[in-house]
Amino acid sequence: MGKIRQIAFYGKGGIGKSTTSQNTLVALAEMGQKVLIVGCDPKADSTRLILNSKAQLSVLQMAADKGSVEDLDPDEVIRVGFNGIRCVESGGPEPGVGCAGRGVITAINFLEENGAYDDMDYISYDVLGDVVCGGFAMPIRENKAQEIYIVMSGEMMALYACNNISKGILKYATTGSVRLGGLICNSRMTDREIDLSEAMAKKLGTKLIHFVPRDNVVQHAELRRQTVIQYQPDHPQADEYRTLAKKIHENSGKGVVPTPVGMDELEDMLMDFGIIKSDEQMIAELEAKEALAKRVALDAAAEAKKSVAA
Amino acid sequence: MTAIKTIDYKNDKEFHEKLIEEVLSAYPEKTAKKRAKHLGVTSDGTSDCGVKSNIKSIPGVMSIRGCAYAGAKGVVWGPVKDMVHISHGPVGCGHYSWSQRRNYYVGNTGVDSFGTMQFTSDFQEKDIVFGGDKKLKAMIDEIEVLFPLNRGISVMSECPIGLIGDDIEAVSKEKAAQIGKPVVPVRCEGFRGVSQSLGHHIANDAVRDWIFDKRPVEFEGSPYDVVLIGDYNIGGDAWSSRRLLEEMGLRVIAQWTGDSTLAELERAPKAKLNLIHCYRSMNYISRHMEEKYGTPWYEFNLFGPSRIEMSLRAIAEFFDDKIKEGAERVIEKYKPMADAVVARYKPRLEGKKVMLYVGGLRPRHMVNAYEDLGMQIVGAGYEFAHRDDYQRTMDYVKEGTLIYDDVTAYELEHFIERIRPDLVGSGIKEKYGTQKMGVPFRQLHSWDYSGPYHGYDGFAVFARDMDMAINAPAYKMFKAPWTETVAPDTLAAE
Repeated sequence: MGKIRQIAFYGKGGIGKSTTSQNTLVALAEMGQKVLIVGCDPKADSTRLILNSKAQLSVLQMAADKGSVEDLDPDEVIRVGFNGIRCVESGGPEPGVGCAGRGVITAINFLEENGAYDDMDYISYDVLGDVVCGGFAMPIRENKAQEIYIVMSGEMMALYACNNISKGILKYATTGSVRLGGLICNSRMTDREIDLSEAMAKKLGTKLIHFVPRDNVVQHAELRRQTVIQYQPDHPQADEYRTLAKKIHENSGKGVVPTPVGMDELEDMLMDFGIIKSDEQMIAELEAKEALAKRVALDAAAEAKKSVAA
Repeated sequence: MTAIKTIDYKNDKEFHEKLIEEVLSAYPEKTAKKRAKHLGVTSDGTSDCGVKSNIKSIPGVMSIRGCAYAGAKGVVWGPVKDMVHISHGPVGCGHYSWSQRRNYYVGNTGVDSFGTMQFTSDFQEKDIVFGGDKKLKAMIDEIEVLFPLNRGISVMSECPIGLIGDDIEAVSKEKAAQIGKPVVPVRCEGFRGVSQSLGHHIANDAVRDWIFDKRPVEFEGSPYDVVLIGDYNIGGDAWSSRRLLEEMGLRVIAQWTGDSTLAELERAPKAKLNLIHCYRSMNYISRHMEEKYGTPWYEFNLFGPSRIEMSLRAIAEFFDDKIKEGAERVIEKYKPMADAVVARYKPRLEGKKVMLYVGGLRPRHMVNAYEDLGMQIVGAGYEFAHRDDYQRTMDYVKEGTLIYDDVTAYELEHFIERIRPDLVGSGIKEKYGTQKMGVPFRQLHSWDYSGPYHGYDGFAVFARDMDMAINAPAYKMFKAPWTETVAPDTLAAE
């Protein structure tokens, strides 16, 4: 057995982290790698495409039912899915109560201490939205994930999140071994998306590891709670994920310490690409819009007057 | 309150200023700059002691302060005897705050009173992750079954409650409606504020927001109704105070919160006058009652005969001649007793020098009691006082008194070592170190398991205890016999 490779997928909420990671990990498993997915999201939906089921039982829910996490055995929470991929969800509280971050910490420590990582080639963490607190930074802390892959797109908020996550990685990169593996663009078909993604990667000192084109087959597979490789293994989109998996596999040890940029620099870049507009531009547009609305109102009033007179 | 004449003396201003320089020289520059603001020497005619206060302690210096939870649970709410106070969070805070203060009370513990009992929700990992609201509800149900005679429940938040954002207010409202008793959420997470002081304030606000005017209070008033506020009945202090007030003709309708009940909290707004003993911990609610109900308040002091006489007369000024006569009668009655105490102990204690370091009140309130026994206060400091406390302190201390706010362990030790007073009055953490330096010590938080010290009977106990500490024969044996210098001719004679 080689050294375990731990990776994590981060990115803005709704960007397609879970979909991209599961599709890619299935391809990795196809290459003969033994993979364990650790879902770090209270929604517990990071493994459904592998297990072909709805959300699986989570570590924390079972621990709470049994009393405490010490009463739990890893076998009770790990399920094996497509291509032999092992799946576990940390789980967490319902929205608005408790501390989901603490839940992630508890679950990861439990899995590690109880031998869930033994004999695996890959541990992959799928983490919700943004690095909002210490708990969700758990996978990037020392001796956890070596490489982080940020799933992003050409949309403004995705790019903000991308930069923010890099800040979190930078913080822990100075004290530990975590590195930024690269960006994965999950295409939203925005203008000049590849160029922008590459520019962003350059700013962060990393590379765009793969550009995943948009294809409806992903959604069709997802509706059936399957990955593309399971649903239509011969589809070109399945090959995209295979390529990505290969790239990630070959990217071992090639991660970098990211160089996140300040808000101003990021916004300048977004302006260059026409994603956001300058304040002056926005004010000018707003004024034009208001002037138009005023004229329309005046015309309508004049029209009304005319009809009353008639 | 104004200064009163007891004994005349001045402290060594230059020496004290030198001591401050000495301790500051041991610190790194930044620390020295910060600590310098908290150390001072009093000058007559200034409005306060010239020190900054109520500021965050410097990490690493061993502050003697507590936290907001300690202030709210340990000081203000804990003594309300017929309520169950839940330490909400992991078990440690509850366990270590269990029976920390000697709040005496009368009642059947475990039946209708719960003062020396400890209730905690004992948070586990799953309560942190999934929220502790369910456990809190279950706990309140259990309390109702096990202790049906409780009159109400308070929920004292420990740190994690604030971190995970548990909605204890919602649970409190829901359960209060269900059990038909007040359930009071107190947001006293320990990380809030710089000391226990904020906890007092938060606890006061909880009384205002969750107790006052919430239920009809059946009560027949009298013109002589007063509330004894900020006396936690350490070793029976509140009882000694109450006795004097009642003897002068007043009716004490509530004690806050030593030996108190929920009913006493509820009916306090009916009083004609609020008498505050511990100004620091309960001035907030007294000011609120002044604003909302028009009740005047007065900071009184029943430590030592000089202050007792002054306070009883000042209190009587709020009332008619009947009470004024009552005050004189009480003073007259106890004068022979007070004189006898002074006659007995003053010769043994006269001229002895005292350093005080206590919480937010006693470093000033006890000054004249020592002086009544002929003793002198050379240094005083508070753990968590604010500026108004240091202003009030000027009514008590003499010129040249060394003042140390939020003193560090190092500073206090150095001051004691250099001044070598005849007595240090502070807390348990300071006690044994001081005694090992050969300096007599009395605990002034717990009265060293003695008391009461308030009122006339308290003064007798106080004088005895101070004499017992200072004149303990053990201190005569402090020097090892082989280090004694013995005159050579004595040796030869043997």
